[in-house]
Amino acid sequence: MQALKQRSPLDFAFALLVIFAGFTAFSRYREFMDYYEQGILIGSAAGIIWLGWFWRPMRVFLPACAAIAIGAMALYQGDLARGQAVFWLKYLLSSQSAVMWMCVLFFLATALYWLGLLRRSNTALSIASGLAWAAAGAALISKLVRWYESYLIGSDVGHIPVSNLYEVFVLFCLITALMYLYYEAKFQARAMGAFVLLVISAAVCFILWYSFDRQAHEIQPLIPALQSWWMKIHVPANFIGYGAFALSAMLGMAWLLAVPAPTLPGGNRVALYGVATLLIAAGITFQLKGAEWFPKLGAGSGLVALFILAVAGMLLLALNRGLLASFLPKPETLDEVAYKAIAVGFLFFTIATILGAMWAAEAWGGYWSWDPKETWALIVWLNYAAWLHVRLVKGWRGTVLAWWSVVGLLVTTFAFIGVNMFLSGLHSYGSL
Amino acid sequence: MTDKRLKHLSFGRALFDLFSSMRFAIGLLVVLAIAAVIGTVLKQNEPYVNYRIEFGEFWFRFFEPLGLFDVYHASWFLLLLLFLVVSISLCIWRHLPGMLRDIKSFREHASHNSLRLMAHHVEVDTGLDLDRVKPYLAAQGFRFREREADGMRIIAAKKGAGQRLGYFFAHSAIVVICVGGLLDGNLPLKLRELTGSKAPETRDLPQSQVPAQSRLGRDNPAFRGNVTLPEGGTGDVVFLNSGQGYFVQELPFALHLKAFHVEHYSTGQPKRFASDVDVLDRKSGKVLKSATVEVNKPLIHEGVAIYQASFGDGGSPLSFQLWQLAGGTAQALAAQSQSTQALRMAERDYKLEFGDLRVFNIENLGRTEQATSTVAVNRFEQALANAQSVKAEHNLRNLGPSIQFKLRDDAGQAVEYLNYLAPFSENDALYLLTGLRREVAEQFAFVRVPLDKDASPATFMRLRAVLLDKSLYPEIARRTADTAFKGGGFSATNRQQFEQVTQSLLAQFGNGGFPALDAFLKAEVPDAQRETVAQTYLKILQGAVGDAMDVAQQRAGLPTLPMDGEQYRFLMDSLVATSSLFDYGGPVYLQPTGFEEVQASGFQLARAPGQNIVYLGCLLLVIGIYCMFYLREERLWLRTANGQTLLAMTASRHDAELDRSFARHVAALLPDTNEHPDERPHASP
Repeated sequence: MQALKQRSPLDFAFALLVIFAGFTAFSRYREFMDYYEQGILIGSAAGIIWLGWFWRPMRVFLPACAAIAIGAMALYQGDLARGQAVFWLKYLLSSQSAVMWMCVLFFLATALYWLGLLRRSNTALSIASGLAWAAAGAALISKLVRWYESYLIGSDVGHIPVSNLYEVFVLFCLITALMYLYYEAKFQARAMGAFVLLVISAAVCFILWYSFDRQAHEIQPLIPALQSWWMKIHVPANFIGYGAFALSAMLGMAWLLAVPAPTLPGGNRVALYGVATLLIAAGITFQLKGAEWFPKLGAGSGLVALFILAVAGMLLLALNRGLLASFLPKPETLDEVAYKAIAVGFLFFTIATILGAMWAAEAWGGYWSWDPKETWALIVWLNYAAWLHVRLVKGWRGTVLAWWSVVGLLVTTFAFIGVNMFLSGLHSYGSL
Repeated sequence: MTDKRLKHLSFGRALFDLFSSMRFAIGLLVVLAIAAVIGTVLKQNEPYVNYRIEFGEFWFRFFEPLGLFDVYHASWFLLLLLFLVVSISLCIWRHLPGMLRDIKSFREHASHNSLRLMAHHVEVDTGLDLDRVKPYLAAQGFRFREREADGMRIIAAKKGAGQRLGYFFAHSAIVVICVGGLLDGNLPLKLRELTGSKAPETRDLPQSQVPAQSRLGRDNPAFRGNVTLPEGGTGDVVFLNSGQGYFVQELPFALHLKAFHVEHYSTGQPKRFASDVDVLDRKSGKVLKSATVEVNKPLIHEGVAIYQASFGDGGSPLSFQLWQLAGGTAQALAAQSQSTQALRMAERDYKLEFGDLRVFNIENLGRTEQATSTVAVNRFEQALANAQSVKAEHNLRNLGPSIQFKLRDDAGQAVEYLNYLAPFSENDALYLLTGLRREVAEQFAFVRVPLDKDASPATFMRLRAVLLDKSLYPEIARRTADTAFKGGGFSATNRQQFEQVTQSLLAQFGNGGFPALDAFLKAEVPDAQRETVAQTYLKILQGAVGDAMDVAQQRAGLPTLPMDGEQYRFLMDSLVATSSLFDYGGPVYLQPTGFEEVQASGFQLARAPGQNIVYLGCLLLVIGIYCMFYLREERLWLRTANGQTLLAMTASRHDAELDRSFARHVAALLPDTNEHPDERPHASP
């Protein structure tokens, strides 16, 4: 009761709106949902109310995005072809246009965060923050509209847009951006965005390549193994985990640039710069020629190149410790946000893995099959469990943990994309 | 630990200390993680022959005993898991009593000095208004205890004690999950293998002949195995893979497959796999349960879950028209997919090994020609346009049923064929597709057999027989010459020469098709003239094939076919097909003419008594992690003595959150304080 008394009228208005929306969805689409899906609907309504109460901007953000998405659906008038004919759909609101806007807005936000960081300009940072909000909005709208579009292709094709690598990358951008915006507001540390938006921009680059080169944005019907209500909860939970881990890695990187370290003697530095240059050259060469030299790798050569470049980047990071000390927020803040993100990510990653195991028990005949994806999920889980242990039990702070969270992102990336590229298994829905 | 203490330590105690230490547990986790990585990089549970080929006999002999091909079921891996369970259990055992004491205690006996040593404390020279303090603490969610002694009053408050329980929950969860997992794993079977009472069968035997030492009874608590049933088939065992062999697990019931259904989306992707099954009593055959098993919708009976795992062809009756390539004659042939039958052809023994009948073959034939542009600018615009739409136009085509089979000669050499039943239509002409390959890794090379007006290959076969019959060449050449010299104007010697060239061309073509002609040209004609000569030869051959057709029709007692555009194309296609068939590898073309589909469904059957234990562990794990990270244990002391008040605080995590709540409590409880709590030293190192 105490908690309810503290709520503002807007809180209650939001809750009523969500309940109303939930009831509308329930009454209109009840016969299309099984009991579990009805349960998920009730659970998501409760979850959304909680989110709105926990983080107030959501009370405006979520209804606004939903309203715009509903507007777009109304413009379709039940005909997918109108997406190419109606102005608003073609240039703004069809799911693909919204994704393209999301890409542009994230790039702009990244540029402005860096401008704001380097010029110490609060104006630039607050514009960047606004752009990031807009990008997140575009991402959410694209998800909602795409969900609707999938049903326009065919009533048997329709499904929640979290079923393949393209769709989950957009989800990743959305979740990472929202989590970041939460911490940005809570800790009043906008300069963090310069780093967090880098990882989102990388994901955006992937989305663009995947869409233009591979036409991955086309909506595909669900294969039988994915036709389950479990997907609706397993995948989003997983991406809260991935988003949080990515966030903490970028903050770890920021921490390393915020805290100086004893410098190496000049000769060693030069040598290490040489190694870094060589690695960058190797990475770029591999990106260009890898697919030719190692045809077995296929699209995986891009990932190998990315890992080579990541090592080079880490080397440069080590050589430039404390470079941005005067530009970044206090290291303690970076450290705390990174910890909080990992704590959230770990909880959700645990839940997601458990949900995945329960789904596997229903779809593959066993809750644990030592499938490569499962095994790598376990490795990621162990990695962050160890991170949390040394921090909480041993009380470690600072350099080692920052490096560890950066390396953690590589492990997570491999579990997320690498497994699908290199290791065959049951979980091969997201292959390139 | 000092050296002196070490000496007095018993061995058992030292072992206990080692096993219950976090360092040991983390070390084990690292080893487990590395082992797990090996298992993902090296493809597990492949047929052992593949590993032999990949690594060579030398390394295979090292890797095989290490269990690298089945890491997760290797003894050492299970031993590691067991150690982990023991280590974490001891860790809990070691820390739990102290932790429980800590949770219960309010620490109201904390001394003045120890409170002053806390990083977050403040002292003021005023008393304390207890009537205000107690409701405030209660409202903030604190529970507290008061103690008075020697003119000193201390209020010790705490909240969020569940944070410590989180540790207990999370760690016991790991133990519970591992115990559940070990119950469902193959540990009991592994032990029986070690004692020698059970051994996997490595031979390919009918199920009923597998000896008792490779059979597992119904009392086996946990298993996970596969069985494939054709429609109408019944099975009461499943097969468990084990290293190089397998075990036969008896089921508590029999499973009967009534029918299997596959549904497709309009794009050809599979939409639904479903098996209508009966669960039968093993002895009486009485139906105990009828249900439909689908992917994601298993059937559970007597604790055994039945899953839809795979599907295939269950041995379908097939009918063929067997065309003898030598004579062009045909006869009917009845066969069954997934079976082998003998074939005697041209005094040689062959074996026909029939594989899969596939009823649907929906192929993406790529974008239509209009949809692809070669101009770069257009391509970019196209990419943009494509990126805008979530639905693309695909050139999908159902090629209809196909049958795959091998034809093995008496020397053991096999050629694999993939023959389609339905005619393939292109630009209004009909063909039958037949693909062949000599290596499994190769792509099929397709030959298009042109069809006549009755959609039959008969006309082509007739023509082909004539084209290969040397005795008919003079006749064909004569007719070709007749046509060519109809207008007159050429001399008789020219005509004779022309007939000779035509005959030799037919002979070259009859020897090996276009490649033979090509070789002949390369060998006999100088480079400079080759192009012109080739053109002339081609023209002659094109003329000759029409005459060959007439000869073929005449020999069969059929009317000659009128020459028109369609017929001309048929003849050209026939030349190409005749040429391709020289490399067909077998003496017959099997034209599929009918089938009666019998599908097979692959089931996975599993019994996992530990499943609920694992789920319980998972629940504990989530609760534990939540408690550890989202409950904050906070303790607060208020000590008054001699008109002085001291407020001190600690929390489970010394972070900015503690700074903030400390400032809040100081402001609320000691409003008169002059000291700004923000000036307190920061707690974190």
